Amino acid sequence: MSPSSASAKTGNGAHRVRRFKPDRDVVEWQGEYRRYDLAKEVFVCFIVVLIIVVGCSILFSSPDDAPVTVKSWSNALPVDFAQTAMTELDGTSPLATYGPPYNNTPGASQQLGPISLERAVGVRIPIDTAKVFVLHPLSTLPDRPALQVALSSYRGASSAQQAKWDAAYEKVVANATFSNGQLNVKSGPYGPVGVLIANLVSMARSGALDGALLASPQEYATNYTNPLLLIADGSYMSDLATQRHLQGNQWGMMNETGNFPGQAWLWLYTLWYQVPPMNSSSNGDVEVWAIMMALTVLLALLPFIPVLRSVPRRLGVYRLIWRNHYNSLGPEILSQLPPDQ
Amino acid sequence: MSAPPSDDTLMVERDTWTGKIRETALEAFPPDRLLPDRQPAYVASWAYVFGALSIGAFACVMLSGGVLAIEGPAWWHSSSVGLFVNSIHLWSTEFFFMFMVVHLWAKFFMAAWRGRRKATWITGVLAFVISIATAFTGYLSQQNFDSEWIGTQAKDGINSTGAGAFWNVLNFGQMLMWHIVLLPLVVVAVVGVHVLLVRRRGVVPPFAPTKVQLEKAGLSLQAVGMASPPLAVAEEPATLVSEVPPAPAQPQAAGPSDETPPPQASPANDPPLQGGPGPAELSTGSMADDPAGGQSPATDQLWQLPEDQS
Repeated sequence: MSPSSASAKTGNGAHRVRRFKPDRDVVEWQGEYRRYDLAKEVFVCFIVVLIIVVGCSILFSSPDDAPVTVKSWSNALPVDFAQTAMTELDGTSPLATYGPPYNNTPGASQQLGPISLERAVGVRIPIDTAKVFVLHPLSTLPDRPALQVALSSYRGASSAQQAKWDAAYEKVVANATFSNGQLNVKSGPYGPVGVLIANLVSMARSGALDGALLASPQEYATNYTNPLLLIADGSYMSDLATQRHLQGNQWGMMNETGNFPGQAWLWLYTLWYQVPPMNSSSNGDVEVWAIMMALTVLLALLPFIPVLRSVPRRLGVYRLIWRNHYNSLGPEILSQLPPDQ
Repeated sequence: MSAPPSDDTLMVERDTWTGKIRETALEAFPPDRLLPDRQPAYVASWAYVFGALSIGAFACVMLSGGVLAIEGPAWWHSSSVGLFVNSIHLWSTEFFFMFMVVHLWAKFFMAAWRGRRKATWITGVLAFVISIATAFTGYLSQQNFDSEWIGTQAKDGINSTGAGAFWNVLNFGQMLMWHIVLLPLVVVAVVGVHVLLVRRRGVVPPFAPTKVQLEKAGLSLQAVGMASPPLAVAEEPATLVSEVPPAPAQPQAAGPSDETPPPQASPANDPPLQGGPGPAELSTGSMADDPAGGQSPATDQLWQLPEDQS
């Protein structure tokens, strides 16, 4: 007999019969009830939590390490800043070769099998690193005729010529030194690039580059994408993060500066970055996200998955939670047993 | 001046949207189900406290966040009072997650989705996931080294999903708005639905005791003629139903008798509003309401479900 024919037999075409499953179905409680002051419980819980968090706040406070700015970076590590600025100018920096959503670098997108969601969405936050981080900010500096000549010369040169100058300066800046407020590099055939980078270092050390990177037509700036991406390309912030045990291979995403718990709830997300193949894969990020999305969906749909939903009953931890109930079973429980018992 | 409407007038105006909403709400959430002062006797474990603790911690998060909002996002960096309020905000968040995780595990061990409680479980998981996003945007909005580092590291993961093109973790203004407006609204809404579902469906009953547990309690299936019946099968509903006894359900000797209210009808497949003797009700794992019209299921309908609830 099919379920539908069973429904017809009962005279109600909209209904059918289903087998009782202990991990899906229950016999609703028909036994004893007891007093339970729900509002009082919630209020007491609120007060208890408030006392605990006020205590923790008094004892431990909260971390607030000063942010890294382009100014602080270029003053702490001016050579690193100059080298990073050069990679932004010649298009070899991590950001310049990042791919979507910042630029269209071929083959840079992460993909899961044949699918690249980054590429599918495309470039929606376009950043030309040479223009945004070097040429445009320098063009805002007033009263520097030599700089304006160098800018005009660089902008007016062919791409091939720019590439030659960039390559030549890349070689010398690798061995640059900094003293008496000046970037010292060997002379070479790098045309106006030396002037550009020297002025950019000066601008950065004064703090003017921070403002220039934040400039928006609305005056009030709330988008820190440009300065943060530039800072992230350098080694200064990364070095500080290493000192604070915040790197990805140090479970950094779930950590916080100081001895604070941080985002401990991200432990599983961070775990996948520690294990192969994700810890060395060029597609590690999208692989970790795919795993986490799958696990999240699995968790949400647990009640629908026959094998998984029976795990709690088989584990038996419920016997501990309801031990008072099981220790005080009375005859009335016999009327509440599921049919298979 | 006209007189206040009588009860009869209110009855007539049930044709209005407002009247229908009120009627539906009262039907789904009668006051003693929405704010119960009694719970089934098995609700007696510390495991049940963590839901309320989560709500208490969430209230602390919202209140401290509201105080931080008064002076703006930069206040706590330059004020000792602000730093203290920020610390409360941080620790409330930490405990909110701790309580929520314990609550989640406890409900997992109870298989709390049983008996038309799947939506309760799903909204709980949703609340947890959205809370993670809310806390994450909070970390991004701190305007300090943590927010810089977390943002520049997290962008790669977000970008790899394609979402980074629209949800820019380095855009402070965008993240702050998500943190203080959009995501809290979603969390409040989802937690609200979750709590209402808990109130509507009630606390999941324990798994049926095993034969060993029954024997340990001096109980025997033989005594009520239930020894080794065949498993319930779809093809034989009549056989099955005949095996369900008329549910004598005497109050337990341990509890005071005045705490057991008289039997009352409850909407089909909903748990009873208050306990008491009555026919045993079986709740199956469907999320939708029974269209039977709010009647208690008759004994011979115990295994009948709408076709769309398989």
